[in-house]
Amino acid sequence: MFDLTGKNALVTGASGGIGGAIAKALHAAGASVALSGTREAPLQELAAELGERAHVVPANLSDADAVAALPKAAAEAMGSVDVLVNNAGITRDNLFMRMSDDEWQQVLDVNLTSVFRLSRGVLRGMMKARWGRIVNITSVVGTTGNPGQGNYAAAKAGLVGMSKSLAYEVASRGITVNCVAPGFIATAMTDKLNDEQKGKILTQIPAGAMGAPDDIAAAVTYLASPAAGYVTGATLHVNGGMSMV
Amino acid sequence: MSDIADRVKKIVVEHLGVDEDKVVESASFIDDLGADSLDTVELVMAFEEEFGIEIPDDAAETIQTVGDAVNFIKGAV
Repeated sequence: MFDLTGKNALVTGASGGIGGAIAKALHAAGASVALSGTREAPLQELAAELGERAHVVPANLSDADAVAALPKAAAEAMGSVDVLVNNAGITRDNLFMRMSDDEWQQVLDVNLTSVFRLSRGVLRGMMKARWGRIVNITSVVGTTGNPGQGNYAAAKAGLVGMSKSLAYEVASRGITVNCVAPGFIATAMTDKLNDEQKGKILTQIPAGAMGAPDDIAAAVTYLASPAAGYVTGATLHVNGGMSMV
Repeated sequence: MSDIADRVKKIVVEHLGVDEDKVVESASFIDDLGADSLDTVELVMAFEEEFGIEIPDDAAETIQTVGDAVNFIKGAV
């Protein structure tokens, strides 16, 4: 339905459940993909599964030099970066009173600052091409807050404000900047929860189930496609009705 | 006009889509040639690429006219 033939997409955090699903969906829509992440083995595995039009560009987003080099590495592998999906994220949960400066800073560095730097890094090419898509993966907790996630929620809410500001600046150049805000998505991260925790979560979700990585990938594919050219500065909430904003 | 001035003029004409005879040394990118702030950033990037130079932000701010650009580039290449 959404055609990305000839477009080149860089996906961060592609070794994770949601990032992998996003990369697969963009690839299935015809895009070339550059898969980034810290662990190279799962990236290589995914690239092998995808076959042609898949490239591996590992990067540790907590390392500023690695962040600066990533857009260039992706452009060299694919010829350009037309679509940037900032999906990578980490958590360092702790109650506010117990949260260390380090826990705060690590989450802000990877989840917010690296997105600023990567976006800045791909903009020149997008400006020249008069076409570009930046999709930032935020979270329902950026809107609702969540105990134990002051750092994570701050970074995710920060992404929304940053995306809107950038969306203003580059809208006249055919570049859109949007967010996708997942609710609870079944991944390796949520597998760790026990049945009681899961049950509690489900009572808050009108849809009665956790989402799947493919639910997020579909939203990203839409926003990355030419079909969403008039959508910018928006946040698409994909949360089974958990938070209707 | 020198070679540098010709190349600058060509970039400005191409980028802003203005008539060549409007791109005179005294022409202001924003006031006379209809550039917006993003256009000026793009022009600076195009000059950097064309001439293989780096134009720092504080220098870019002083480049208001076509003549400013030519003079800066002459001093930088």
